Amino acid sequence: MTTQTTQTTQTTHKVTLTINGQPYTAEVEPRLLLVHFIREVAGLTGTHIGCDTTSCGACTVLVNGVPAKSCTLLAVQVDGAEIRTVEGLEQDGKLHPVQDGFVQEHGLQCGFCTPGMMLTAVALLERNPQPTEDEIRRAISGNLCRCTGYVNIVKSIQYAAKQMREAQATPAPAPVGAEV
Amino acid sequence: MIPDRFEYYAPTTLAEAINLLQQHPDETKVMAGGQSLIPLMKFRLATPGYVVDLRNVPHLDVLQERDGSLIIGAMVREARLESSALIRQRYPALLDTSSVVADPIVRNFATVGGNLAHADPANDHPAMMVALRATLLAQGADGQRTIPIDDFLVDTLETSLKPDEVLVEIRVPQPAPRSGAAYCKLERKVGDYAIAAVAASVTLDENGACTQAGLALTNVGPKAIRASAAESFLTGKPLNDETIREAAKLAAEAAEPGSDLRGPADYKRAMVRTLAARALRRAAQRATGSIAHNGNIGGGVA
Repeated sequence: MTTQTTQTTQTTHKVTLTINGQPYTAEVEPRLLLVHFIREVAGLTGTHIGCDTTSCGACTVLVNGVPAKSCTLLAVQVDGAEIRTVEGLEQDGKLHPVQDGFVQEHGLQCGFCTPGMMLTAVALLERNPQPTEDEIRRAISGNLCRCTGYVNIVKSIQYAAKQMREAQATPAPAPVGAEV
Repeated sequence: MIPDRFEYYAPTTLAEAINLLQQHPDETKVMAGGQSLIPLMKFRLATPGYVVDLRNVPHLDVLQERDGSLIIGAMVREARLESSALIRQRYPALLDTSSVVADPIVRNFATVGGNLAHADPANDHPAMMVALRATLLAQGADGQRTIPIDDFLVDTLETSLKPDEVLVEIRVPQPAPRSGAAYCKLERKVGDYAIAAVAASVTLDENGACTQAGLALTNVGPKAIRASAAESFLTGKPLNDETIREAAKLAAEAAEPGSDLRGPADYKRAMVRTLAARALRRAAQRATGSIAHNGNIGGGVA
């Protein structure tokens, strides 16, 4: 523990978060919000700050696989957690099916809600590979979009669900030249 | 928005948590999921000097039936109730309630215990627990005590917990045969507090007469209101259109709504009447098994 001397003495805490597989450790004030840790300590600005009042869900990230509003958690409160942000969705240069779905089905206009919306969708599809439209709409009801009217967002998630189910059903093609 | 400075503790035992509370009893807030406390601290409506986070205290996440009660540990998250087969099958009214608290993302961290201990009259669990006649187990330096929900809820944002006490668990009586309960909430949109909501619980005898009734109201007064006159009226009577209508009228008379952005007082009182009738009807249907126990989750419209 170190102390920082300003007007009052404030104890800081050593917090380690694994964000998209990479550990980040910092001495932080208890009042540092998770979203500020992600954006300012880790430098990952894909997680947006929207309303800052627990309403809009723009700052949604996955904390140990579960969607959370990162403006409403203290970094110290989730010390040791695995965090996933939008930067962690793309793997090996390939978009996550949910990202692909948002592209294919025009699931965004201004894009501000999109990172949070996609992470909520990823968590939904990991838990429920074949959600009904109603289940999708319930799942994203804590993420506000002021552009799309949600129709294309729902389609994007349905697109991703289909892609993910098909990928599960069909094993990846063997590399060219490999023994079959 | 950034909270004011505070010192943060995450004790690993209940004794340690209580000890921390004793050091600065008037400047310390207990934090469960933080989904009400952190917003208040960001707005600086709450500026505690010390925060005691219960996340590392063991055994506070119990969710099981024991000794005639459903035990809900103080750190049980709302989402856990929603995914629990026990809750779905045996306590569908708690599912009604949990599934309309804030929004699904908030519910991943928000706790039932926090919802009660925060004692916001707009919160959903207090009225349900009043209707179900829950008791709360608190632990402090002087030991444990159980507090009936009516004594626990004192006023707006005020409970009878002492500054050095921690809410440990909530005890909901196991439903007697032919019992049913329901929670009906009217909200403008997902994530908003209730315009009004009503919790109902009934137990019927073999002939269909009501032997015990619980009826309580959300966000139409300084705290969750028990509609005592309506409860007394129903006791000993069959639940039919006529008795439900009269009980709903008495429930509306018990409401103390104010006019605000969610509507004028008269409108809210009218909604209490409608919601009370719906909640009683659904509770009666569940008591008689005439709907599936998990029917119509979400506290919606009958």
